[in-house]
Amino acid sequence: MEHLAFTCLSVFSLACALGVVLSKNAINGAMCLLLCLAGVAGLFVQLHAYLLAFVLVLVYAGAVVALFLFIIMLLDMQGGRGWRFRGLSAFAGFIAAALLVTGLNVLAVRGHLDAGAPLGHSGSTFRDYSYQLFTTYLLPVQVMGFLLLIAMLGVIVLSRRGAPSEEPK
Amino acid sequence: MTPSLDSYIMLSSALFAVGFLGVLVRRNTLVIYMCLELMLVAATLALVAFSRFNGTEDGDVFVFFILTVAAAEVAVGLAIIVALFRARQTVQVDQLDALKH
Repeated sequence: MEHLAFTCLSVFSLACALGVVLSKNAINGAMCLLLCLAGVAGLFVQLHAYLLAFVLVLVYAGAVVALFLFIIMLLDMQGGRGWRFRGLSAFAGFIAAALLVTGLNVLAVRGHLDAGAPLGHSGSTFRDYSYQLFTTYLLPVQVMGFLLLIAMLGVIVLSRRGAPSEEPK
Repeated sequence: MTPSLDSYIMLSSALFAVGFLGVLVRRNTLVIYMCLELMLVAATLALVAFSRFNGTEDGDVFVFFILTVAAAEVAVGLAIIVALFRARQTVQVDQLDALKH
């Protein structure tokens, strides 16, 4: 049963990821990304990371994809030029992707990663995460807070109309 | 009978490779950006799988950080793309060649 769900979810998310790469229109690409993220969230649920699945849907599907759609709408890209073979670079891209998969899979098989059944803590609760975040990982949490603040300030400066860099025109 | 760690790692590497392929093949900056997000999600999946199969929570906590950084990165990156579009009226990478010659 779990194998069936895993197979369905992985095929679904891989197909949607290929949809992001192959779709002509950027809007279709963003929608495929949304579906792919939903598939990955399903896999998170299978791995008993319920909170992470929720956060993934909330942050990625809710915020990031919506932001992408806003920007695509704002830039009004008339469909874009889509995907097509472009000689050497497409060939190099396929070769590089194939090499990446082969290398990682050889690493996974040869490295005896498979430690048998999951040892799992059965489904971490919110409390467990909070405990970790506020004890072991307190400094990274603070750094992340500063990073978000700096990103917010940067975006405000970048998107201000009549920014100093545009004034010479 | 749960799926083995190997299958999760293979799926994760396949997702990463698809994102990588998109970054190399596509010419639209926004689509390249979406493919970058795809690669981040693939790495996230590997972290969660390792965390589950090793019985620790550290990987899960790192996924929180990855999600935070990804959100900040998307905001800044899209602001840069909009500024670029205002200056050059295009988001196709083969027309953004001011540094090439």
